[in-house]
Amino acid sequence: MNEALLLMKPELIVTVIIFILLILHVARENSSPAYLLNLINGLLFINFLCGFFFNREGTLFGDMYVTNGLIVLEKNILNLGMLLISLQATDWLKKKDFIVEFYVLLLTTLLGMFFMLSSNNLLMFYLGLELSSIPLAALANFELEKRKSSEAAMKFIMSSAFSSGLLLFGISMLYGTTGTLNFAQLAMLIDGNPLQLFSFILLLAGFGFKISAVPFHLWTADVYEGSPVAVTSYLSVISKGAILFVMASVLFTVFKPLVETWYNMLYLLAVLTMIIGNLFAIRQQNLKRFLAFSSIAQVGFILIGMSGSSQEATASVIYFVLIYVFSNLGAFGVIALVSAQTGKEEIDDYKGFYLSNPMLALVMTLSLFSLAGIPPTAGFFGKFFLLMAGAGKGNFVLITIAALNMVISLYYYLRIVKVMFMEKNETPMEKLQISLFPRISLLTCMAGIILIGFTTLLYDYIFSLSTSF
Amino acid sequence: MNLIVLLLIPLITSLGILLSRGIIQIRVISLLGAMLQLAAGLFLLAMYWSERSSGNNAQMLFESSYAWFAPLNINFHIGVDGISIAMILLTAFVVLSGILVSWKEETMSKEFFFLLIFLSLGAYGFFISLDLFTMFFFLEVAVIPKFLLIGIWGSGKKEYSAMKLALMLMGGSALVLVGLLGLYFNTNTGNGSHTFDLLQIAAMNIPIEAQRIFFPFAFIGFGVFTALFPFHTWVPDGHSSAPTAASMFLAGISMKLGGYGCLRMATYLMPQAAQEYAWIIVLLATIAIIYGAFATMMQTDLKYINAYSSVSHCGFVLLGIGMLTETAITGAVMQMVSHGLMTALFFAAIGMIYSRTHTRMVAQLGGIMKVMPFISTVFVIAGLCSLGLPGFSGFVAEMTVFMGAWQNAETFYRIATILACASIVVTAVYILRAVGQAVMGPITDSHFSNLADAAWNEKLAASLLIIGIVAIGVAPFWLFDLIAPVTETIMLQMGNAIVK
Repeated sequence: MNEALLLMKPELIVTVIIFILLILHVARENSSPAYLLNLINGLLFINFLCGFFFNREGTLFGDMYVTNGLIVLEKNILNLGMLLISLQATDWLKKKDFIVEFYVLLLTTLLGMFFMLSSNNLLMFYLGLELSSIPLAALANFELEKRKSSEAAMKFIMSSAFSSGLLLFGISMLYGTTGTLNFAQLAMLIDGNPLQLFSFILLLAGFGFKISAVPFHLWTADVYEGSPVAVTSYLSVISKGAILFVMASVLFTVFKPLVETWYNMLYLLAVLTMIIGNLFAIRQQNLKRFLAFSSIAQVGFILIGMSGSSQEATASVIYFVLIYVFSNLGAFGVIALVSAQTGKEEIDDYKGFYLSNPMLALVMTLSLFSLAGIPPTAGFFGKFFLLMAGAGKGNFVLITIAALNMVISLYYYLRIVKVMFMEKNETPMEKLQISLFPRISLLTCMAGIILIGFTTLLYDYIFSLSTSF
Repeated sequence: MNLIVLLLIPLITSLGILLSRGIIQIRVISLLGAMLQLAAGLFLLAMYWSERSSGNNAQMLFESSYAWFAPLNINFHIGVDGISIAMILLTAFVVLSGILVSWKEETMSKEFFFLLIFLSLGAYGFFISLDLFTMFFFLEVAVIPKFLLIGIWGSGKKEYSAMKLALMLMGGSALVLVGLLGLYFNTNTGNGSHTFDLLQIAAMNIPIEAQRIFFPFAFIGFGVFTALFPFHTWVPDGHSSAPTAASMFLAGISMKLGGYGCLRMATYLMPQAAQEYAWIIVLLATIAIIYGAFATMMQTDLKYINAYSSVSHCGFVLLGIGMLTETAITGAVMQMVSHGLMTALFFAAIGMIYSRTHTRMVAQLGGIMKVMPFISTVFVIAGLCSLGLPGFSGFVAEMTVFMGAWQNAETFYRIATILACASIVVTAVYILRAVGQAVMGPITDSHFSNLADAAWNEKLAASLLIIGIVAIGVAPFWLFDLIAPVTETIMLQMGNAIVK
């Protein structure tokens, strides 16, 4: 019994936090926002720390639930991102009435993602997925008085439901042909007959929607633009990261027999995703939309790494997502601050940003450089290893396309830098106050971006864990 | 000597600049840092000589290697040979004089000096790395500071130029990336694992099929940096929009990254492909030389004159590499050093003139020799070096390239050599015309007559570069002795490849 508790530790802690919040909400109705935020961030920090101790490996519930070093690491990455987002959101949440509700929804989605990561059975996987996506729709609607926010929520729930439908359809056909939903048994029974291929395509399409790979990306920009910044960053970092982890494990374990098939599919998806994401990002005027398309393009690079289907591939995907957490949250952290204090979200509003807010502009610049993959920031290493994992297959056409896409992406990242550093503004932004929590979060992101590439231990650790597939 | 010192000096300097308060502190720290760089460079040269004279014949000296990403066999592997030392010295000279020239920079001076020093960090790292990953890392480190330097402190259509430069150079490095990944996956260290290590790859035999595919990636990629025709278009815009020090760094250091990379990574590691593609390289280099020279004739802006002439002069570097004879490659490296010093001097002189007269148009200048004798003399010296007057480094380097090129006896290469030689005449035309109109003659603008001559910092910066130019021009042997053994190993590699 004790062992089972330890195995499910991450899920249990999140559940406990959810209950604490609910009880607190009933018991002390008039808590001040500051008190609540301190408490919640404290709890999240404890949650993050707990991820490093008493970790066990094993299975539960008749092989439904599995956990090992790699899955624990993935959960820790999500915990870290959750904490950083929560710290960044304090300015915005202080003005809101529904802090507890916000966090209960957010933590529920996190719980869903944990179950999804630990799933060893397609049913469990589907359960976790739904648990994580339905509250997100409610969160996207959290700017209650804004129309765009409701629109975003509607779009999200529709596309989410549609992709879940596809996934479920695929899962049911897979069950029809094999008679099992267990990952390990599926891997043995899949032989590539047409019905299985069809169900695989449906599954891949479902995943494609969730990670917003082209051509399943159409919901992304609108949802990102309409949602509150905190939710946007959650969508683009945590939710996407979790699905990518699961996708890697499903592809590498369940569909291992079909590796030749899905290599070609990932190839096509990656090329489309990079090119379309990049070309659309060039034209954006709204910073959140801009980051939406840039994150689409990033997914293209991740798919390249995934297509390598080797130990290096797993390691590079996880390493990149970790770096992506830091770099994207660095950028979103600045946007969250600016948006909470001035309400400005357009790229043109950032003209001359360096003169009025040098520190924030530097954070933004380093984050963008990391997203673009420019050394010495961590993004360089992340992208390099993704391409290296992809190149392991010997397909250098794909690598050349990817390398040239990095140049296109550099153009639009530098465009933001140019706006901040080189352009004059008639009505410059005032000097913004950076309160303690966002400051901690941004500093953490910067430390991550600058240091990750130079700590040899981290990659070695991830690499050694990546054998589990 | 541990080579990490070469990286620590600029790193600590740049951190010091970030922490310093007030312009005086910033200036002093950057000057000290730059002087330390030069001292370290000279010390390295002395150490190198003493090692060699004591009979140490290892290919690379002062090697050290640290595991970086062990599972992928990526090491931080550094070491130097003669060519690297020549490049390090060049960098140190240009950095110090660049810092001196920008002494008066007051807008966002902290950021300005930080970026300059940071750029030099990239260059040193690039020149000492013996691991392709490390090399690529530092190559890209040296790109983005240029974007900011041009975009923020530049003049004219600076934002356009900065973007164009950054994108073209990054495009080049994207090709390099493909090339080096291709090399990596064609190596085999015995147990099925691959390596980025330069020396290990050189000892292996990369399959000719792979060489044919990846040589163009690597060579064109690095070629973009060194103005390979037709990828030279960033050069005129970038140089002319950049602030003086950034122009000096661009032409003096970062164009050399390309030439060094072409030689070290493309030609040295893929010798068979280098031979097969040599005629294309020579063809493109010859076009660059002639086209650059004629394009320069049409320019009216001093910075554009020097930028286009850089295209032409860097063509000699590629020509030397493409000719694949020992003398020609040695000449190519000498040309890199010579051009680095000479063009930095040229840009420094143009910057000094521009900061006083506020024009760079040849037609609007005239007679400045009378009011600014020092600056004008510097300008003339740079011009004479550029057209290859004996006694200056340009003559020595170009002469070596031509002699080496002539050794390649096939008709095609002979014709290319003759054409390249002929371009010297064109060079003489545009240099003498620019010097004659801008510097000599009567004073054309009455405002010029009360302008001041060079200040101490400018004098120091110019003298430093002139010392370098004359040292090579009068006594080229020391540079030759530095480079020639390395070229020998490259030729040996080439010979082995043919035998295999």
